[in-house]
Amino acid sequence: MSENIFKVIRPGINTTFQDKGRSNLYHLGIPFSGAMDNRNYLLANKLVGNDLNNPVLEFAFQGPLLKYSGEKINLVITGDVSFKIKHNDNEIEGNCYETYEIHNEDEIDILSTNKSVYGYLSIAGSFDVSYQWGSCSTNTKSNIGANNGLKLQDNQIIKISKISNNFSKKKINYINSKIEKIRVIKGTNFDYFSKTAISNFFEKEFKVSKLSDRMGMRLEGVKLENIKTSNIKSEGLIKGVIQVPGDGNPIIMLSDHGTIGGYPKIGVIISADYDRLVQIPPGSNIKFQQVELSDAETLYKMYEMNTHNLISQI
Amino acid sequence: MIKNILNLGDAALYCDFGQDVNKTINSNVIKYYNNIKKLNIESINNITPSYNKLIISFDLNKIKFNELKNIIEKIHIDDDEKLLGKQIEIPVCCEEPYSLDLSELERKLNLTKEIILNNFFKNEYFCYMTGFIAGMPFLGDINESLRAKRLETPRVKVPKGSVGITEQFTNIYTFESPGGWNIIGNTPLKVFDSSKEIEPNLINPGDTVLFKRISKEEYLNYE
Repeated sequence: MSENIFKVIRPGINTTFQDKGRSNLYHLGIPFSGAMDNRNYLLANKLVGNDLNNPVLEFAFQGPLLKYSGEKINLVITGDVSFKIKHNDNEIEGNCYETYEIHNEDEIDILSTNKSVYGYLSIAGSFDVSYQWGSCSTNTKSNIGANNGLKLQDNQIIKISKISNNFSKKKINYINSKIEKIRVIKGTNFDYFSKTAISNFFEKEFKVSKLSDRMGMRLEGVKLENIKTSNIKSEGLIKGVIQVPGDGNPIIMLSDHGTIGGYPKIGVIISADYDRLVQIPPGSNIKFQQVELSDAETLYKMYEMNTHNLISQI
Repeated sequence: MIKNILNLGDAALYCDFGQDVNKTINSNVIKYYNNIKKLNIESINNITPSYNKLIISFDLNKIKFNELKNIIEKIHIDDDEKLLGKQIEIPVCCEEPYSLDLSELERKLNLTKEIILNNFFKNEYFCYMTGFIAGMPFLGDINESLRAKRLETPRVKVPKGSVGITEQFTNIYTFESPGGWNIIGNTPLKVFDSSKEIEPNLINPGDTVLFKRISKEEYLNYE
């Protein structure tokens, strides 16, 4: 039996295997990781008929160029992504959320994630990846997870361990909504900041810095003045926490964040807004809006319901 | 004892044990961690003990803040219960090129290299917490004479295995990572082993660490 593989002709900027992430390891210093945009990750799996926690390829900005070799396979790309599929001498523009049948020698060229950051490629079947602590999610900072803890490399081979049969073509119309204001619950060190800092935090725009990655999103703008101390005793973090170091520029903790940190927490992004937050590209401006815990819980319920409805329609 | 439980966002509990950092308070944090772990609460995603806080993050699909807060508030721990930590010996070489900041520390602390190292190696250290990067232990307390601030400008890359000190604590860099601690030496020992599914960390909260000074020759031949 011949092998079914993708050859990586161009790896892209930061292409990694991701699934739902790994839990109950923060006490060891091991982050949650997992797909950054959970909804697009779930849609990628559902559209090709996989289990929802199946490993996918996550890419950022420019994605990979992959050449396929093997028996026919179906795949889908989710997010806001421009890509092309080359079959013999024919080249077509691909649509996100539509499955494509890929044949021996075909190429998938993921050009860019347009006005967003992350996109997902899922195959009807399974990538041959290794698991650590119940997850394949790659954390390139600690070299944990699939692909020896590394992002995709030039000329490497991606093996496919299983191809699903009984596949029917799927397509949905889905537009990733942009978010006007990122909603925030006040943090445990809210009172470390001056009145001016607090009003600036909720009224001024902040620019997403180029130094953002899967660990954190750095923001630039008006400096937030601390009136107590910019160092606290290190304590646990979760994704979505907004820390403000001494320089007054906020940093939002994202999925690969360090498990503990010692900067004051001005706020925490609500769970309902996380998927859309991570899709805001560097150079864009964002604005925060304060909400209460009960609002955040209701908003999350609605977000989950919408996700669930989308998935059950497929 | 937990003084106060706040919400950290909509999907985590922030259990506050006060502002002080000492073994008694930290032992209580670790005991709470152990007790909550034993309850195997399915909706909990992560429990992170630190010096004087315990962060519990949960799956918002399964439980809400107030419900989990009620469960955690009912947990009681025994003040007199002793933590059963391991004792671990860590070999450290403090010669060039591993002792990156030792000369600078002589100036900062106004002590000779020998006194700094004697004062460092004579104590045993309690592991308060692990984290920041995978497996990094935060150990204390170091001798009063050795307490120095972080580097003015943190290093972009601290070599793997580096042993650093700052304020009342000492740590070990389990990966090459950015960092601002004063590096006095390096251990050849693997402190974090990602190939181990169970207990990848050599040192865990509640353990005691004894550092053993080794020569460069011993370091290079270490197996």
